Amino acid sequence: MIEAKNLTKRFGNQLVFQDVNFKINQGDFLSLIGPNGSGKTTLVKILMGLEPKTSGELKLDHKQTIGYVPQFRNIDNDYPLSMEAFIRLNLKFTLSPTKRRANDQLIQEILKKTGLTALKDRPLGLASGGEKQKAYLAQALLNDPKILILDESTASLDVEVKMQLMDLVAELNKKYQLTVIFITHDYELTKKYTTKALFFQNKTLKEVPISHISEKMFEMEG
Amino acid sequence: MFEYEFMRQAFIASTFIAITAGIVGVFVVSRNMSFLSHTLSEIGFAGASFGILVGISPLAGMILFTIVSSIAVGSLSSESSRREASISAISSLFIGLGILFLSLSSESSSYATNILFGSIVGISAKEVQQLVILAVVVIAVFIIFYKPLSFDSFDHIGARAAGLKTRLLSIAFLVTLALSVSIGAQIVGSLLVFVLLTLPGATAKYLVHTIPKLLMVSVGLSLVGVWLGLYLAFVTNWPVTFFISSFEVLAYFCGLTYKNWKLNH
Repeated sequence: MIEAKNLTKRFGNQLVFQDVNFKINQGDFLSLIGPNGSGKTTLVKILMGLEPKTSGELKLDHKQTIGYVPQFRNIDNDYPLSMEAFIRLNLKFTLSPTKRRANDQLIQEILKKTGLTALKDRPLGLASGGEKQKAYLAQALLNDPKILILDESTASLDVEVKMQLMDLVAELNKKYQLTVIFITHDYELTKKYTTKALFFQNKTLKEVPISHISEKMFEMEG
Repeated sequence: MFEYEFMRQAFIASTFIAITAGIVGVFVVSRNMSFLSHTLSEIGFAGASFGILVGISPLAGMILFTIVSSIAVGSLSSESSRREASISAISSLFIGLGILFLSLSSESSSYATNILFGSIVGISAKEVQQLVILAVVVIAVFIIFYKPLSFDSFDHIGARAAGLKTRLLSIAFLVTLALSVSIGAQIVGSLLVFVLLTLPGATAKYLVHTIPKLLMVSVGLSLVGVWLGLYLAFVTNWPVTFFISSFEVLAYFCGLTYKNWKLNH
């Protein structure tokens, strides 16, 4: 469903990556790893159409239905919206009563899927780190994406909460054949959950089977 | 008091202004732009005195200045930290300019007082008409952009990830903010217009947790504020602005107290 051939990206004279080749199939659960500044986020932005590629080929179906869970969100303690109101932000505007009912139902389903039903009226600003990440995930799932990109979504969480969140993602991956791209610096999670890794190194990307990944690949600095 | 023509006009004008300010305020607060709205009102002061100097209406001068500068601020830089510093520099310049324009024009100083502190009870039928039209324009823009603007204002990063044209939205918002400052200044004056544009929205944030409810509470608080202000001003002959700002500040602290009380229970 995604195929890149000799994909290259430069910012002005600065090369980010060159001749990147990879293929992602539906239902893949893969991790995108490599040191900080190696091009992980840039690649994701290109996939989402937020950043143009410099050269090469990129084949991509369902361009509109990528769900993205960013690492940082500006949600402080005073943030007023409830979990449900926050998730609803991603709904399309409609005046039709039928569609509104369908939307309401969709929201309830997503809340259930992500285990947030009991917390839906709580202000997001007062939620824990794990609950916040679940709300971000729920919001991204709203448009029924075929591809879900998690941008270091687990970075700031406790081990137990991390696992909970990843279990949830893994379940969605299995049940709905949701393709997951997990940008991470976490060796344990990569090994436990993902089926292959795309590893950025020396301005290019190589595909690594999970049995071959090593902790050294997860060093933050290149 | 409704037997007086000027009080009827004042009530009509301030009702529309309060609705506009209440709506805009929710977004001003969620976009962290309270500071900018304060600066825009100072720029509005310069615009109004410029209007007097060159012989156009103060309202037209205000709209001109605030719209041009809000677009300039919006395209200056998106980094909020840099924005704050450049904003305070710009605002001092404009207060200076406002004073200069006023002293160059031959109008009496009571005109300056009107611009700075508001002059709702002196408003003419024609001016009321202008205000109502402008208010309706602002409200219409908000209805049209309601969904994307909510997403961008309450979750900027998520909105960008979902592919919304956030830059365009930001400019559209700043222009409507400029218009709201200009019309709001007609009743509370340019010195205190940000009271109506920020406090009801900020208070609502402590009380309710969905966007429609935030809008309702914010509009409600600003309506009660201006109505009560006009009534008390009529009865006591004290300035309207004093009552409006006192009410909104009081409501704000009640909201804050309520939120803290709720957190501990």
